[in-house]
Amino acid sequence: MTRVVPLPRPGLWLGSAVVVVFAALVALSVFRNPNIRHGVIAQYQFAPAILRGLELTVVLAVLAAAIGLVLGVVLAVMRISPSAILRVASAGYTWLVRGTPLLVQILIWGNLALLFEYLGPFRTNDVMTPFVASVIALGLNEAAYMAEIVRAGILAVDRGQVDASLALGMTRGLAMRRIILPQALRVIVPPAGNQFISLLKATSLVSVIAGGDLLTAAENIASANLHTIELMLVATFWYLVLTTITSIAQHVAERRLGRAHASAHGGR
Amino acid sequence: MVRAQGVRKRFRRTEVLKGIDLDVAAGEVLCLIGPSGSGKSTFLRCVNHLEQIDGGRLYVGGELVGYREQGDVLYEMHERDVCRQRAAIGMVFQRFNLFPHMTALANIVEAPIRVRREPKREALDRAAALLARVGLAHKANAYPSELSGGQQQRVAIARALAMQPKLMLFDEPTSALDPELVGEVLAVMRTLADDGMTMIVVTHEMAFAREAGHRIAFMDDGVIVESGPPRELLSEPAHERTRAFLSRLLAQPAR
Repeated sequence: MTRVVPLPRPGLWLGSAVVVVFAALVALSVFRNPNIRHGVIAQYQFAPAILRGLELTVVLAVLAAAIGLVLGVVLAVMRISPSAILRVASAGYTWLVRGTPLLVQILIWGNLALLFEYLGPFRTNDVMTPFVASVIALGLNEAAYMAEIVRAGILAVDRGQVDASLALGMTRGLAMRRIILPQALRVIVPPAGNQFISLLKATSLVSVIAGGDLLTAAENIASANLHTIELMLVATFWYLVLTTITSIAQHVAERRLGRAHASAHGGR
Repeated sequence: MVRAQGVRKRFRRTEVLKGIDLDVAAGEVLCLIGPSGSGKSTFLRCVNHLEQIDGGRLYVGGELVGYREQGDVLYEMHERDVCRQRAAIGMVFQRFNLFPHMTALANIVEAPIRVRREPKREALDRAAALLARVGLAHKANAYPSELSGGQQQRVAIARALAMQPKLMLFDEPTSALDPELVGEVLAVMRTLADDGMTMIVVTHEMAFAREAGHRIAFMDDGVIVESGPPRELLSEPAHERTRAFLSRLLAQPAR
């Protein structure tokens, strides 16, 4: 039996060694650091206040994603409509929302009462609670990004699919629902998953209007006991749990979509 | 069945159809030939209003396509009425355009169920019969990607037939196929012709045009130069342009 001897690659080994040592040093500096009270982390990791914040973060992200998806599809369809006014309106919305910091948008929605004292018959501060302001700000922001993602997905579907649908007597709406969007989904899911992960983390920004999310909860506790780093680590753990779950779900969704239409660009 | 009177179509500045006059009788198979860019496909797409015409009149089954005429004015039809007209006209595309996220069977029943609101059972039974008719009964649950080009095109024909059209349009149905797969598609089209389906076929398959076509129309530069029975038109074309096109075509090795 002939033996195969791979070419020695000392650079690769050296690089790997450096990475391992560096990672070990970072881990040690955290775990052996006398300034970090591990007891505090353990105490607050599952504290009711933290879990309430966690719950609100999830609710915020899901609601904002739902608004973003629905409004995003509407904006995407407007963007490719025959009406110039609808196209410009959609493009203008995306331009405005993507062109300004989310933090600024959250502050504006959270302080809407300074702009309008009343919303119809209601006092603005009664309607625009920090929670409502957070959902609106995050949802409207999400929509601008989803619009671009959905639009790219729709444009990726072959023109011939529309021709075939219309030739069979389908209305444009039916063709969009049954033929175009299901195929666009394949292109939409990967970036939409990334977008949702960004959104999960972006919910932390609503702590500036006392949104009551995970970070708000952690900050409130930290400002009382001054264990800032410990509470940030508590929050970090939960954010990582959420983003990890999302990543796995995204992976599964991509695999299943890929199977259902291995087809689209398969053989002829 | 189809009557075109001075049909005109332009894309921006270029006039693609410069006044097409054409009649196709019920049960007739008309083959439309001509160089690429002569407007054949565009004309076909006007017949079911996938493209809107800029002038003239187009009737299918005695009904003006896509417009309502009142006095001297053409009013564009409501989408729902255009869809009703299209549902009665089958179309087969060069690149098949099957729905890739659906099985062969689902491709065929989609429009009967969603557009014509047929009962599911009935639509499925008819779809199965149509698949058998194009020789693909065993591929009902295959996705388009699992089928050869010829098989995909036969499913596409079955899909169009599922709407029980009174007219079938074929837009270069064999041009995207490997040579050895052309025959199976043409065979299906031939049985359709024999069953008395009214067909307009844009094609480069002269053998098919000669044998299955009742009439050939030669198009060049947005007009129909001449039309006539296949044997006459192919053997002794009246016009110089037709003659030049045919000799160019015959000079090439098959296709």
